Amino acid sequence: MDFLLGLTQLIGVHTILGLSAYVVLLTGQVTIAQAGFFGIGAYIAAMLTTLAGWHIVPAMLVGASVAGVVACIVGFPALRVKGLMLVVATTAFGEFVRLFWFNFDYQIAKGEIMVGPEGGEGFKQIRYFPENGWTTGDVALFIWVILIAIMLALWWMDRSRAGAVLRAVGEDELAAQSVGINLTATKVTAFAVGGFIAGIGGGIYAHYTTHIEHANFSVLLATFAIAYPILGGLTNVTGTLFAVVFIQGILVEGLRFMGDWRNLLFGALIVVAMNVRPRGLIDERVVMIVGRAFSTRKGRADA
Amino acid sequence: MLEVQDVVTAYGKIEALKGVTLRVGEGQITCLLGPNGAGKTTLMLTITGILKPRRGSVRFHDKDITGQAPGGIVRAGIALVPENRLVFPEMTVAENLRAGAYSRTGSAASEIANDMEAMYNRFPRLRERSTQMAGTLSGGEQQMLSVARALMARPKLLLMDEPSLGLAPMIVEEIFQIVRDLHKDGTSIFLVEQNAHMALQVAHHFYLLEQGRVTFDGTPGEMAEDEVIQRAYLGTRQTA
Repeated sequence: MDFLLGLTQLIGVHTILGLSAYVVLLTGQVTIAQAGFFGIGAYIAAMLTTLAGWHIVPAMLVGASVAGVVACIVGFPALRVKGLMLVVATTAFGEFVRLFWFNFDYQIAKGEIMVGPEGGEGFKQIRYFPENGWTTGDVALFIWVILIAIMLALWWMDRSRAGAVLRAVGEDELAAQSVGINLTATKVTAFAVGGFIAGIGGGIYAHYTTHIEHANFSVLLATFAIAYPILGGLTNVTGTLFAVVFIQGILVEGLRFMGDWRNLLFGALIVVAMNVRPRGLIDERVVMIVGRAFSTRKGRADA
Repeated sequence: MLEVQDVVTAYGKIEALKGVTLRVGEGQITCLLGPNGAGKTTLMLTITGILKPRRGSVRFHDKDITGQAPGGIVRAGIALVPENRLVFPEMTVAENLRAGAYSRTGSAASEIANDMEAMYNRFPRLRERSTQMAGTLSGGEQQMLSVARALMARPKLLLMDEPSLGLAPMIVEEIFQIVRDLHKDGTSIFLVEQNAHMALQVAHHFYLLEQGRVTFDGTPGEMAEDEVIQRAYLGTRQTA
C-alpha cells in the first residue's frame, strides 16, 4: 500500500514538473531550465519550513514565487535566442542553479543536530510532514489536490484568450506579430508561469523525500520535464499526466521484474511510443473520440 | 495616409532597404513592384514594426510610428497579410479569425462575433470550414483566411504581401476581386505584387523597388509606357 501511495506521490510531483514545461512548450520554446526552477522551489520551501518554522503552504508559495521571478529575469535575455541556442542557454542556467546548491551552506542548530543545506552533502532532515503528523496518505492527497488545481487552471487558460496567444506564438512567430502579439512579453510570461509551477513541484518534492541534494536537480530531471509533455502531446494538459503514468508507472515500475534489461527497454519503448503516436499519447483524435463518447452518452441520458 | 521617409533597414551588415521614400494615399490602392530580393517584404515588416529601421521614419496619419511595437501599429490601424499567408496551421479557422482581433481589447465580445459573421459572409468558404484546422485548407482558402484575419483588426490600411504567390490563375482572379471589393468598402490598400498585369488592373499608383531603392514612381499609365518596366515586368514586345 505504501508503495502504491509512494508511486502516486511521485506521479503527482512529476506531472506538476511536466506541466511547468508544457506551458513553455506551447510557445514553441524548448527549455532545459525546469529542473533549476524545481530545485529553487525545493530548497527555499524546505528552508522556510525547517529553519524558519513556517507552514508548508506559504513556504511553497514563496519558493514558487522566487522561482517565477528568477524565470522572469532569466527569460528576458534567454528568450532572445531560439531553438538549439535556447537549449544551451537553459541547460547552462539549470547547471548554474545545481552548482549553486552544491556550494550553498546554511546550517543552524535545532536541538542537538545541525539542519539546513550543507553543500554537496545536501539538505537532510526536512521533517515537516512527520513532525506534524501527516501520514503518507495525507501527503498523497495534498499533492493531488495541488496537481488537480494546477491542471484545472491550465485547462481553463488553454481555452481562454491567453492560451490562444501562447499557441499562436508557438505556431508562427511572424504571423503572431502581424496580428499585434508581443513576442517577448508572451514568452517571458509563459517562462515565469512555468518557473512558478516547477517551484511548486519542487516545494512538495523536498518535503516528501525529506532529503534533497544538488544531484536531484540535474539535466536528467530537466529532460524528463520536457519528455512528459512532448510524449503526452500538447493538445491538452491530460497528455502530460498520461505520459507520466506511462513512464513512471508502467515503464519504470512495471518493468522492474526485468532487472537490468529494464533500462534498455525503457528507452526503446519511448521511441516506439513516439513512432506509433507521433503527435503524443493524447492527440487531437483521442480528444475527438473521447469528446464524442461523452456527448452521445449525454444525448442518451437526455432522451 | 502613410509616409515612408528615407528608411534604411539592415540585416546585420547588409542593408536591404537603402533609403526608401514613398507614400500611400488614403482611399487608394498603391502597388509596390519589384524583383525577388528587392526588399519588398523587408519594407512591409519595417512598416508593421516587426523590423526596426536603422534610419528614416514611418508616419501614419501624420503620427510618427517608427520603431513602435507591432501591437501598437496594429492598434493604430495598419494590418498585414503576410507573405506566404502564414495562417496558424493547427488552429481552427474560427480561432485564426479570433486571433486577428487580438489587439482589439476595447471591443465587446459581441462586436467581434459580428465581425466574424461579416467575414463568413464575405468568404462563405471560410464559414463551411470554420471548425477545420487552417493547415488543411487549400492555398486559396488560406489566403482568404489570412486576409480575413488581418481584417479582423479593423484596419484603415491593409498591407498585402504578394497575395497571389503560388496560386492558380483562377484563384488569383478571385484574390484581386477581393482587393477591389475591399477598396470599394473604403479600405486603403498597399499591395506588394510580382504579377504586374493583374496589378495594372486595380492599382492607382505604382512604385518599383529594386535593390533596396525606389526606381520608379508613377501612375498606371506612366508605368505601362515605361520601357524598362515593359520589358522586365509586362513582357510586352518592343515596338521600335
